[in-house]
Amino acid sequence: MERRILDQQLNLLRDKILLLGGMTEKALHRAVQSLIERDVELAQQVLKDDKIIDQMELDIDRFCIEILALHQPAAHDLRFVISVAKITPILERIADHASSIAEAALVLSNEPQIRRYIDLPLMSEIAAEMLGNALDAFTSENSLLSREVIEEDNKIDACYKRIFDELIEMIIENPSITTSAAHLLFVAKHLERIGDYVKDICELNVYLTEAVFIKHSHLTSNQ
Amino acid sequence: MKIKISVSNLNFYYGKTQALHNISLEIPEKEVMAFIGPSGCGKSTFLRTLNRMNDIIPNTKVEGKVLLDGKDIYAPDTNVVNLRKRVGMIFQKSNPFPKSIFENVAYGIRINRLHKNKADLEERVERALQDAALWDEVKDRLHKSAFDLSGGQQQRLCIARALAIQPEVILMDEPASALDPIATQKIEELIVELKKNYTIVIVTHNMQQAARISDKTAFFMLGKLIEVNPTSKIFTNPDQKLTEDYITGRFG
Repeated sequence: MERRILDQQLNLLRDKILLLGGMTEKALHRAVQSLIERDVELAQQVLKDDKIIDQMELDIDRFCIEILALHQPAAHDLRFVISVAKITPILERIADHASSIAEAALVLSNEPQIRRYIDLPLMSEIAAEMLGNALDAFTSENSLLSREVIEEDNKIDACYKRIFDELIEMIIENPSITTSAAHLLFVAKHLERIGDYVKDICELNVYLTEAVFIKHSHLTSNQ
Repeated sequence: MKIKISVSNLNFYYGKTQALHNISLEIPEKEVMAFIGPSGCGKSTFLRTLNRMNDIIPNTKVEGKVLLDGKDIYAPDTNVVNLRKRVGMIFQKSNPFPKSIFENVAYGIRINRLHKNKADLEERVERALQDAALWDEVKDRLHKSAFDLSGGQQQRLCIARALAIQPEVILMDEPASALDPIATQKIEELIVELKKNYTIVIVTHNMQQAARISDKTAFFMLGKLIEVNPTSKIFTNPDQKLTEDYITGRFG
């Protein structure tokens, strides 16, 4: 009997985290779109939705604590609740970065369009794909996919370095675009951080499925 | 880490029914080991093989070895009374003697002639009651009946009675299952304290209790030892699927 109640709770928790994941993916996609298409309304929508995401984070936090307190899950069930409790604030932070990109889009919509957004669309595509795959891997408890996504972070880091160099070059060539370029630099930094967060999600999925800690594995025993 | 009890290939039979199948297990000294498993899995039967408590049940048979400090307790020359002094036992239901609190603890000291004189006897009784975390609650009524104590206090009195004869190992068969949460907590705190000086083996149906107080946990099912591992591993990432199914409530 108890088991069935816990299963219901875990399934509900799974639904909640997937909903949050979906909202976060949408926020990132819309934030980048609002930047590239100079869509002020869309950027404002991202900022509005961020409050819903914050609320979802609180709700999941409370639910995780409730499950731990009332059902004392063990083994895989425990690892699942712990992983969700740790992934939730990561998703919320990713959504915060999406909001920051949307804020940059609002500022940039009042500035003249600079020549091109260099590799930013590519970088955001990689980040969005990484996030989508990380969430799929979590849903299907596919640690192999998580490990593949972790490797993708190198591409994001390489993009960031390239964009950084190019933007500096563009500022030197044409100092009048400094404000826009600085905002774009922040956008690139937000995307780079999102890549790191997605990596954290993947590491937690490896913990969930394999019960090993791969984060900082050079420091401690991972069992 | 010294091994206090080493069991190898132990089989146990009630008449023709085999209750334990080929159990091999090592119990480290001055640790708490918990036995968990569904009712009838053999965990209490196994516990009772560790001080030959099953000897008193007619028509039973033991095969295999149980070494206490390297010596087989089933060897023909074993003094069973002496064995049970070294390996004490606490039962589910507290069973104080119909005597005073003092006499309950003094009884074992007297019959084993452990004391030098009256003062020594009193000192030993006090120490045992202190070690069982009961002294402060009973020091002013030592000569009142043990039955005046609460259920939790009676259980700690039984622990004091066991400690008074200076055992090396304490076997506990669901010692807190009949107690309320506060009395249970006191027993659990006591067990953690006692492991500094004693090797403790506890059978419990309460998995959270096993998780809270034991260093290692052994999971039994249908008379077989399925898995023994550090408790933190059992409850976060057990090796066996059967263990995971049991501790997560999928059966049992």
